[in-house]
This record gives sequence, C-alpha cells and structure tokens, in this order.
Amino acid sequence: MVNNLLTMKNITKEYFGNKVLNNINLEIAKGEIHALIGENGAGKSTLMNILFGMPVISSTGGYQGTIEIAGEPVHINTPHAAMAHGIGMVHQEFMLIPGFTITENIKLNREITKENIVSRIFGKQYESLDINKMNADARTALDKMEMGIEEFTLVAGLPVGHMQFIEIAREIDKTGLKILVFDEPTAVLTESETQNLLSAIKKLATSGIGIIFISHRLDEIMQVSDRVTILRDGELVVTMNTKDTNTHEIAQLMIGRKVSFERNETKNRTLSNDTMLKLKNFVVRMPGEDVKGVDLEVKKGEIVGIGGLAGQGKLGIANGIMGIYPAKGEVLFEGKPLKMNDPKGSITAGLGFVSEDRRGIGLLLESSIELNTVFTCMQIKNSFLKRVGPIKFKDTKKIRAHTKRMIKELDIRCTSSEQRVGSLSGGNQQKVCLARALTQEPKLLLVSEPTRGIDVGAKRLVLDHMKKLNEEQGITIVMTSSELAELRSICDRIAIICDGKVEGILPPDASDADFGLMMSGSKRTNTEQGAIHNV
Amino acid sequence: MKNSRIILSGKTKNMLADNMVPIIFIAFTLLGFAVARGVPMSFFLTELSGRFYRNGFLVLSLIIPVVAGLGLNFGIVVGAMSAQLALIIVRYFFIEGFGGLLLCFAISTPIAAFFGYLTGKLYNKTRGQEMIASLIVGFFANGIYQFLLLFAVGVIIPVPATHPMIKTDGVGVRMTVDMGSLKYSLESVLEVSFVWAVLVVSILYLAYMLCKYLRAKQMPLAVSGGKYSFVGMAALVLCIAISLISIITNNSLMTVKRIPVLTIALIAMLAVFTKLIMKTKLGQDFRSIGQSQHIAQTNGIDVDKTRIIAVIISTVLAAWGQLIYLQNMGTLNTYGAHNQIGMFSVAALLVGGASVSKATVKHAFAGTLLFNSMFIMSPEIGQALFGQAILGEYFRTFMVYGVIGLALGLYVWNANRKAGLTLDPDTVETRTSI
Repeated sequence: MVNNLLTMKNITKEYFGNKVLNNINLEIAKGEIHALIGENGAGKSTLMNILFGMPVISSTGGYQGTIEIAGEPVHINTPHAAMAHGIGMVHQEFMLIPGFTITENIKLNREITKENIVSRIFGKQYESLDINKMNADARTALDKMEMGIEEFTLVAGLPVGHMQFIEIAREIDKTGLKILVFDEPTAVLTESETQNLLSAIKKLATSGIGIIFISHRLDEIMQVSDRVTILRDGELVVTMNTKDTNTHEIAQLMIGRKVSFERNETKNRTLSNDTMLKLKNFVVRMPGEDVKGVDLEVKKGEIVGIGGLAGQGKLGIANGIMGIYPAKGEVLFEGKPLKMNDPKGSITAGLGFVSEDRRGIGLLLESSIELNTVFTCMQIKNSFLKRVGPIKFKDTKKIRAHTKRMIKELDIRCTSSEQRVGSLSGGNQQKVCLARALTQEPKLLLVSEPTRGIDVGAKRLVLDHMKKLNEEQGITIVMTSSELAELRSICDRIAIICDGKVEGILPPDASDADFGLMMSGSKRTNTEQGAIHNV
Repeated sequence: MKNSRIILSGKTKNMLADNMVPIIFIAFTLLGFAVARGVPMSFFLTELSGRFYRNGFLVLSLIIPVVAGLGLNFGIVVGAMSAQLALIIVRYFFIEGFGGLLLCFAISTPIAAFFGYLTGKLYNKTRGQEMIASLIVGFFANGIYQFLLLFAVGVIIPVPATHPMIKTDGVGVRMTVDMGSLKYSLESVLEVSFVWAVLVVSILYLAYMLCKYLRAKQMPLAVSGGKYSFVGMAALVLCIAISLISIITNNSLMTVKRIPVLTIALIAMLAVFTKLIMKTKLGQDFRSIGQSQHIAQTNGIDVDKTRIIAVIISTVLAAWGQLIYLQNMGTLNTYGAHNQIGMFSVAALLVGGASVSKATVKHAFAGTLLFNSMFIMSPEIGQALFGQAILGEYFRTFMVYGVIGLALGLYVWNANRKAGLTLDPDTVETRTSI
C-alpha cells in the first residue's frame, strides 16, 4: 500500500538477549483507527517505545527493522525526533505536570515565544513566552475536544477524565500531527468518559490522522477500530479487519486459551449469618474518591462487590478501612470496633488489602518478589524471621519456599523469586500484591481494582483464585472494581456506590438496566441503604 | 501575648506551619530588641543593610537551581572559589580600582562557567541526590583549590618569592590577600543617604504595585497575591512616612550608613533577571524539569542540558556574588572566605520561607534580611541574657545548621500533609478545581 502513513517493517528488539519483539510488521493508513492488543508482556509497549524513540530503547541496544513514515524511511532515536515526524502519544500514565496550568501543559516544550532584547543577543532560548497566544491555542484545542474548562486552570486536582482530554488536546495542538498513539486511554476512565473519548477518537480519525489504539477492553476495540493487530509473546499473530471478527475470536487469538467470564455456581459455600464487618456512617477523605457516609454489612464467608463509577467513592471505602486515607465513623470488625487511621491495627486485626494503587502504595518496586510477598508479615506478624538472641534475621529459606509456592499458585511470570518487582509487567505486579495479602492469612480480604491494567487471561486467573480462596479457606472478600462484569462473575451481592453513599445493593444476576440506573444515581431503590440483603 | 487571644483555626494553623521558619526568626529578632535594651535602630539598620549588600546577590544565585528541581545548590562554593581565583590573579598583577573589579568579573565568569558545567554533569550523574552531591562538590573543590594555591603556585607556576601575596618561602599564596583599592570599589562609585533611598524606592515600588493591581485581572498566569499586596502597600506607606519624618526631624535614622547604589542596582538587576528568565522559554523549561523530569523528557525537553545550564548560571552568579561580598569585606581570607558561603546562603534562603522545591526572589530578600537580623541580634542577646556575647556566637552556628535541618524536615512534613497523609480528616484540603 502506498498511502500508508506509517509502516513498521520487521521490527525486532532484544533486551539483554531476551527477544521481546520478533519481526513485527505494522501498517497504519490515513484516517485509520488501528487497534493493537495483546496480553501484558506481549510487546505492545516496547513497540510503541520504539516508535516514540524512548531513551529506554536506545540505551538497551536499539532495535532492528525499519520505520517508514509516508513512505520515507526515518530513524527515530529521541521523543523529540518522533514528534518532529508527527507522532504523538497519549500516555497511560498521564504525562501532565500538576503544578502547571492546562495551557502550560498543552504547550509544554512547544511554547510560543516572542523576541526581546536579550534574546536577540543570546538566542531563542531567552525569548519570552507569549502567554496570550498560548492560551488562545490551548482554547482552540480544548474547543475541538468540546471541553468547556478554562485553559488557565491548574491541572492538579482535575478529574482523570479531564486529564486524558488535556493530553489529547496537547497532541492535536501539535501542527503536522500524523499518527496518534493511545496507550490504554480508557483504563482510568468511567464509562461515560470512555464514550466521550471514543467519539473524540473517531472524530480525530476522520480528519486524516492515523490512530493506534491500545486497549484491553475488547468491546471498545470492536466499537471504534477499523483494523486490529494482535500480538502474543513478541510475535505478530494476525492483522485483520475489525468487522470480520468478534470479541470472542480476538480474545482467543490474544491469549490462545479459551476464556469466559461466566459465573459458575459452586457448592460447599459456608455462608453464615455472622457479621464480619459492619460500617456505620463511614466517612473517608480520599481526594477524588470521597466517601460520605456509608453503611454496609458484610457477612462471614461471602464475597461482596463494591461497584460504581469512578470518582464516586468506591475506592475510598477499602482505603479508609485500612487507615490509608483519613477516615471517621464506626467500623466493627468481628463485632469489635476497629481503630480508625491505624494501618497496623487493621492488618493485625486480620484485614488484608490489595491496593488499587499498586505502584504507589502496593509494592516496593525496587525490591524482590520475595521481599514484597512477605514484607507485611515480617513487619506486623513477625513471621518469616529467625531469632538469634535479641536480633531478628530474615528467614531466607522459608521466605523463598513460600514465595515459590505463591509464584506457582498465582502463575506469576518471572525469571526468579529474586526478580525486582518493578521489572515485572502490570498483571504480574498485581499478582505479587495478591500474594502479599494472602501471605498475611487475612480473615477478610479487601481487594481494590484487582484486574486494572491486566489482560483477560490474568484477570480470569486472579478472579478464580479469589473465588477459590473464598471457597476453600473461607476468606471473606470485599472486592472493589470498576468492571461490573467481574463483580458479577464472583460476588454474592454488589453494593453500588454513588456520590459517596451506598446507592443500593443488588444480586449479581440483577438486570443490566438496574445496575446502570443505580450507578448513574437515577434510581433510588426501595432497599434501605445498607440494609442486610439475604442472598 | 498577641497569640493568646487568637483562636487557631485550621487555616491559621496551616499558615503557621508553612511559615514556621520565618516566624521563628522574626520572633527571635523581636526578642533581641526586647531583652537587649539600647540597641539603636540606626546601628541595627547600618549592620543589616551592610550585610544585605554583601549577601543578597549570593542568596539570589540559589533560586534557579531550586526552580529547576536541583534543590539547594551548596555547590555555589565552587563559584565563590572561581571568584577568589580571579581576584588573586588580578591582585597578583597589582591591578586596582573599579577597572580591576571589572577584570575580576571578566576572569571569574569563564572559570565559574567551566566548573559549573562540571558540577552540572555531576548532578546529572547523581540524580535525586543533588543536594548531598553539591555539598561534597564544595569539599572536593576546596581540596583542588588548596592544592592549586598552596602547592601549584610556586612549585608548578613560578612566582617570585618577593611578591607580597606569596608566602616568604616562595610557595603558595598567603593566608590573607590585601585587596588594595579593590576594596569598596563598587560601593564608592555612588552612595546615597539611606533614608532618602528608602523614600524613593518605596514610592517607586508603591507606584508599581498600584499599576500591577489595576492590571491584575489581565494576568492569567500570575500567582494570585491579592490580599498580600494590600499588606505590602501598607508597609510601603509606612516606610514613606517614617523616612519623611526622619528627613524632617533629622533623627538618628539619618546616621544609617549610606547606600552603595551600584551594589544595590546589581542585586536589583539580578532579582529582575531571575524573575524575567522564568518568563522565557528557558525559564519554562527550568520549571518543567523542576516539576517532572520524566514528563519534560517525553515532551522533548533536553533535561540534562537544561539542568547543566541552571547550574552554570547559578555558579557564575555565585562567583559575581562572592566578588561583591569580598570587595565589601576589603581583605580576602584566601582559604576561608568561601567555606561558609554555601551553608549561610542556603540558610538565608530557607529562612525566607523557601523550600527544596520552591524559591522566589521574595524568599531570597526576606531570608537575607531575617537571617542577618538574627546574626546581628544574637551577640546582643547573649550579652544581655548571659553577660557573654560569645554565647550568642555559638547560638548563630546552632541556628544556621538548625534552620537548614528544620527547613528540610518541615518540607517533607508539609509535603506529606498536603498529600493528605495526615490523620486528622478535617485538616485535609479537599482538592477542588478552580
């Protein structure tokens, strides 16, 4: 094809002798939305890093293969060069500076300047910024996205949905933008924000920009993309037209094993009537996820889901219980009041927590899998320690044995149990989080967004494992998730949080409409808030 | 007494916590006036203004590295040494007067720029540890400096033993170097009466503030300072009133040492430069890398280069600052003059309310004044309370290092508090979009 905007030919990349990309070919036509999917570690990020000239590529020995833009072979070795060639990227982790205004972020390193006396002598670096023109440009870009927000607002404190749009505004503000890469743009968005984003992406494509769309959400890909390329373990599996395929097929090709999210009922459940956890007028101050008075009861042995749209406060509940964000109200755990704002107390009481913020507070990224797995236990329970006189040492042998078991059980893909957690892929990091929480042998496990940013196969594994824990060990689980399908696949009942309060509690087989209405807060159920719902 | 009636609301508490260091220093100076009776205002102002001319420039040289995310650049010591090398070269050839000083500036600039470049390179290698690296750079450079002046001069570079600057055995530079008529060469160009200067500056600044206030609505990027500017204006009016009264009644304030216009002009120019450069592309790059190196890099900013430029600017400015300092002192303590510069300038900046990640011209000025007030008052307090001025001297040292430690501690504490890591739900600020 001659009218290809971008052609990547035979791209091969090795990291220290480990082949992570093998002969990848990718073609993007003008105005095309090209979905790129694959499991974690399939090589999507590496491919995009190559395209974007990230320093991590050149510092590890570069890559083989050629990249052509509009038929011209190019060599991209810095992000700056990538931008010069008209490649833009909307990052998964926001590349916005919180202390800057929206304008400053949109115009980051592309500031409009005007001459002054000093700059005439010393050069362009010393030209003054033309704030008015910058604001005007930012305004235009924001208007294209149909965002009403004022361009001189500070980015700090904006909702994530806005940040995503600012990132896109930054890209479309660039003149000569030819190719725009979206790296899991919807991972942190609510459903309505996602819809806005997808329509914005479609609009962009009609203006002739080639779009590479990376996502884990298959339905989004079906909805928005023209073609889809599937990567698996560094190999290109297939590129096909989206309309000739379906989610089922894509999922199958992506992981090569059959997956389903169906709910399989099991026996042997020990559901008792004892209350395990009781929240009364529970308030948490978690920025962006404020909880404003939640009443909730969790029975021993059940799996309770907490759902709702982003920003409504569902994430705040678990964080508040664990004492990570300031909280007040009454929490009864096994009938005894739990001290607020005391993480150690919460852990000692028998609560385990898998945080939604695995890079921030979930993991010691620079430490090994071993240490991460047993860290909390060593701190709180004094297990995995050898006592020699008054001095305590790590019991390396025991730690290793335990970690090896966990690695096997949770299928953590790693080179060894001593591998640095930071070098694992997202899904495997999540599994390490889970391994650590399980090592504490908690009576109640709080799991927040366990499947965020991990692929379908890993999701199923994580969910199955939680279900297994619940069935075999009788661990009560409170799972918070943005993905309703997940909650419905394993939970006994699902509490929907809206505006910091429990909007209602539904059984997993309630209709989609019920869930949808409740999430949007447009339906107050007859069920009293926080009332006990018998399963 | 004043505080007892004020009920501490959450906001006041925050303000107190944010400005803990300046408040301690103001309180200390006021205590000095209270216990040490008979410290004449004219003496205090003479001392304070003198120290301000001496140190102001050096403290200002610290701002750009802070904005660029390098933290507090203790490495300005390297700049100070460059200045001293330049001075020694100039004095070796017996060059005198204002021209000699200009030559010092000219010679010190490339030396400082070169060492600033090397320092910047080092900071890029010690990313995240720039402050401790800058301290060590100072010590390391001191070693080279001593080697150069104590050994190389005389052994490698032939010098006549009879030269008054060279030690009698012909090897090494003497402990003190007389600066001849380089002393006060900047100061003596033009001096005006302190009170008159206060009057003129206050009036001009008041006019400027009024203009700015009237145009305030048109400045989207300006940091909002509405309430603050009223306090500032009131203070300026007070200054005008006091100076007018002094001029009319010819009271003791008229005896305050005269102001060296050129020195003040240089300090003012640097202040303006520091402000203006933040409004240029380069300044925006400084701010970008200061906020996030990673994001700046992905947006194509050459982070390493920009950091090096920041360090070079800082080092060169420090060299100039040291020259201003030395010509005011009159003699060069060859092996000691630079030692305390880094610590004291950093302490002064911190006293003004700056932190590891935030520093402005205001912080530098307020800090220089407050820090030196403490310096002037501590022997007086020592004398008044214990009958020994020397106790005050000990106290100074304690305060210098104490304040750096305190400011570093408070910085982390404040950062945690703002991130919502405190336990009291009521004090957590809810994030709101404007």
